[in-house]
Amino acid sequence: MLVDPEVRAALIAGAVVAVLCGAIGVFVVMRRASFAGHAITDVGFTGGAGATLAGVSPLGGLLTFSVLGSLLISRLGDRVRERDIATGTVLTVALGLGSLFLWIQTRYVSEPASLLFGSIFAVQAEVLHVTIVIGSAALIALAVLYRPLLYSTISPDSAEARGVSPGFIGGAFLVLLGVAVAEAAQLVGVLLTTALLVGPASAATYLTKRTSAAIALSMAIGLAVITLSIALAYESYYWPPGGKGWPVSFFVGALSLAAFVAARAEVRRRRLSVLIDEEAE
Amino acid sequence: MSVRLGDRVVLHDITFDVEAGEFIGIIGSNGAGKTTLLRTLLGLIRPSSGTVSIFGRPVRRGNRSIGYVAQRTVVDPDLPLRGSDYVSFGLDGERWGFALPSRARSQEIAKAIEAVDATDYADKPIGSLSGGEQQRLFIAQVLLQQPKILLLDEPLSNLDMRSGQEIVNLVARLARERGMTVLFVTHDMNPLTGVMSRVLYLASGHAVVGTVADVVREDVLSDLYGYHVDVVRVGDRVIVVAGDESCAHP
Repeated sequence: MLVDPEVRAALIAGAVVAVLCGAIGVFVVMRRASFAGHAITDVGFTGGAGATLAGVSPLGGLLTFSVLGSLLISRLGDRVRERDIATGTVLTVALGLGSLFLWIQTRYVSEPASLLFGSIFAVQAEVLHVTIVIGSAALIALAVLYRPLLYSTISPDSAEARGVSPGFIGGAFLVLLGVAVAEAAQLVGVLLTTALLVGPASAATYLTKRTSAAIALSMAIGLAVITLSIALAYESYYWPPGGKGWPVSFFVGALSLAAFVAARAEVRRRRLSVLIDEEAE
Repeated sequence: MSVRLGDRVVLHDITFDVEAGEFIGIIGSNGAGKTTLLRTLLGLIRPSSGTVSIFGRPVRRGNRSIGYVAQRTVVDPDLPLRGSDYVSFGLDGERWGFALPSRARSQEIAKAIEAVDATDYADKPIGSLSGGEQQRLFIAQVLLQQPKILLLDEPLSNLDMRSGQEIVNLVARLARERGMTVLFVTHDMNPLTGVMSRVLYLASGHAVVGTVADVVREDVLSDLYGYHVDVVRVGDRVIVVAGDESCAHP
């Protein structure tokens, strides 16, 4: 399986995306921004569909639109309640446009399926390079933002009094989120990008009590999820109905959910044992 | 000064001076303009008229000599953040990048945690702590910036009476020891009775400032509210209630 150049490219690109989404996902969970993350992916989908329609690289369209969508959402509202409304509005407009692009395209080709389900085994060398460069840049940017972002996530008012601009930090974070979901969407498809973003991160935040530990664990779970998903998708070529592998996004969704459920069960078990210890005393 | 938010005037012609080392209770019900007043002092809102200066200088954002304890927001119980990590923001939470761990750094953080008697639980996730415990850690955070003035926004909300009183006593003790001036926002002035030097009473954007004996009187507060209020005394406690029109004083 590893000698296959498509599989190697899939594993490398998958690793970049899992690490990036794992790190950003922890902030998505802490900032309760899952909805924004999902909406930005859908906006990216419109860009990808538009790019395919125009005959250019879908990754370019995904990136451009998801970053523009992020800027629009942060422009329209920065407090949680406002942001939900802003997000919903942007999401609706983008999906409408995206479905129009899809409708036009399906009259000629069946290309859009790869946008919905991802095309992890069709990562060209050039696209792989772009994925690595942009992914690393986004990780470095996140590392630079780390402290003020964490501060204003936990207590926005005191961070603001100390000179952190919540608007700037929130906007910069959404742009990084846009980059992460665009990269993830080209691999695992727009439908299940949120699973990769939120699944490993929410499992990790349950299991840790330090932010840095949560980020490390979230990246590790993300790597495990994507590697296993690629292996299973590769194997599924021989599974019924046969002749065609299952979409990698299915495995990403199922394994992310499994990680989340296992983490919750572990936390319950720990809390229960603490209670039992206290009773015994 | 006056402060306008949008087209609404939230604070009308408020004037007051605070001496260094004073403990001022800022009292008022919801919507009276307490938070707006604090945000103006922090330089986050600019007054529409008048000036605000602290130590003879106009206020500015990010001034480390003003320690701001924001109104307690609900902290998610599963948040992966220990109490001590939260406190550490007080040192350099606004700087870019990561904080490099060092012994001097941990000692400084440990000292601030000790000053608020929170050493026993500072290692636990902040969301798992009680309201009073969280409030102590919020105060430890601002101590790290060595403030000369403490602004506390409703630190007693969501606390039971006993832990509320403990927080008041803690703030008063720290202020004495470190020579800090305190502006303490609360809607109930009673926990502050023994410690505050003066009271700033806010109602619908207007304010009166003075000692409790000067301000918390039926005539003064009725003027401030614009309708009759009764001041009821129970021992050394004071309760301000809307007056009954039928038995209003002439």
